[in-house]
Amino acid sequence: MAVVLGRLKAFSGLAPFAVYAFVFLGLPVIAIVVGAFTDPATGEFTLGNIQVAASGIYLQGYVTSIELSIVTAVVPGIIGLVVAHVVQTSGSSALRRVVSTASGVFANFGGVQLAFLFIASLGSSGLVVGWLKALGFDPYDHGFSLYTFVGIAIVYMYFQIPLMILVITPALEGLKPAWREAADNLGASGWQYWRMVGGPVLVPSFLGSVLLLFGGAFSAYATTQALTSGSLAITPIQIGGFLNGNVLSGQENVGKALGLGMIVIIAVVMVFYSVLQRRASKWLR
Amino acid sequence: MVAVADVGVVVRPRVPRGPSTGSLTRWIVLLLVGAYFLIPLYAAAAFAMETPDGGVSADVFAGIPSQEGFADAFGLSVNLALVTIVITLALMIPTAVYVHLRLPRVQRLFEGITLLPIVIPPVVLIVGVLQVAPGSLKGTPYLLALEYAVLAMPFAYRSLDSGLRALSLKTLVEASTSLGGGWFTTLFRVLLPNLRSAVLSATILTIALVLGEYTMASLDQYETFPVWMVVFSQDDAHVSVAVSLLSLVVVWLLLLGISLIDRRRGRTTTGEP
Repeated sequence: MAVVLGRLKAFSGLAPFAVYAFVFLGLPVIAIVVGAFTDPATGEFTLGNIQVAASGIYLQGYVTSIELSIVTAVVPGIIGLVVAHVVQTSGSSALRRVVSTASGVFANFGGVQLAFLFIASLGSSGLVVGWLKALGFDPYDHGFSLYTFVGIAIVYMYFQIPLMILVITPALEGLKPAWREAADNLGASGWQYWRMVGGPVLVPSFLGSVLLLFGGAFSAYATTQALTSGSLAITPIQIGGFLNGNVLSGQENVGKALGLGMIVIIAVVMVFYSVLQRRASKWLR
Repeated sequence: MVAVADVGVVVRPRVPRGPSTGSLTRWIVLLLVGAYFLIPLYAAAAFAMETPDGGVSADVFAGIPSQEGFADAFGLSVNLALVTIVITLALMIPTAVYVHLRLPRVQRLFEGITLLPIVIPPVVLIVGVLQVAPGSLKGTPYLLALEYAVLAMPFAYRSLDSGLRALSLKTLVEASTSLGGGWFTTLFRVLLPNLRSAVLSATILTIALVLGEYTMASLDQYETFPVWMVVFSQDDAHVSVAVSLLSLVVVWLLLLGISLIDRRRGRTTTGEP
């Protein structure tokens, strides 16, 4: 009994944090889960919201969101890996320091400020578009627009590449030079080393990092909203639309069902991420 | 004979690592990526300073404070940042210290909870918040600060955790209590001075978060600094681009400050076991 009381007393120090997290994070999430299964007219249990959220324009929203997130996770993932490798093997500690500091800064940077930076460069009257026009090539005549899928993907890369460099560099540093030397001694070519030693060790870290990038892109709202004013129908924009009042009667809770779907997708991604992290940490000590 | 052969094979790998990372390829990669990152910055500066008659002038930066709505929006964001910082530090410092000291076994659980906001996108969180918040809270912008403290949890925890790990916490606390210091004295006069750089980096990251947060503020319909930028861009995109650039530079300087602090901390703590 005394032991139990002692335990309880020890845990009571956690109470302020636990209460805060429950009220400002737990309750809103519970409201979303409950709302997703509630009929707004009668207040009764229903699967109708989920059905609407999983069909038609909302299903298309998920598809576009996932496509955008895959593109803006895989492409920056590969570019980030190449840059990190190039920097790491350059042997220049000054270059390494500049790149890691710059990555820390750029990776923290998204939202509306980023949108304006790109409007000034790749918007229809942007500077880079002006240069291209002077060369006789108007990208806006050839199907390009900053305010579409491709344009948004280019903008997202601006914070995804530095993030990839930050998270993959420790893994690259974990590749022991001794392994490379051992492979060389045994007569392996560079390609054989990467295919049979370096690659397999890096794969879990690389995939884990790409999943992290996917999660970031999937939940992003501000950059796309500021650039397209909501015309690119990805799920976060559609959820925002419900709050801005564009709701058909009877569909008031579809936004919550969409939100629940996003939470489930990110949670699944994060489970895979932690599995891969555990795999990766086997070699990287 | 064997020894000679050994020397031979040890020396061999020191030659450059094959053609895939040749220095020409390296420079091409760095040049292309560098251009992708620097051109938008240059473009924004040029776009902001462009005058209608085709000249260049930096007046646009000087004119920012007098733009309509700027002072209110920026003031609101600064207030939100201050409130968020107070909540975050008051909540996270004692809890992090307590967990490290008394409940090391729940450290993983605590870390897990602080990481939860990463799984809940802000656009989803605000939907739930507006559903459950009572009218009195919805009527004030400081509801945002209460939620920003949640968004700040992951990195506030990380800063404090790495700061605490670098301390010999138990020794400090035991020394303080055996000299008669109570819990508050220990926290404020012993631990806080030792956690200065961790607290500072948590604070700077919180400022950067609040000054840039658009999603929740716009959906809660309060005109904070980023929301103002988007609204104002309908009138004058040049000013919005100038403001973006300026606010980025400020945030970058703050973040650079953190990385310098981190490096100094790294240097002073490497000697410890």
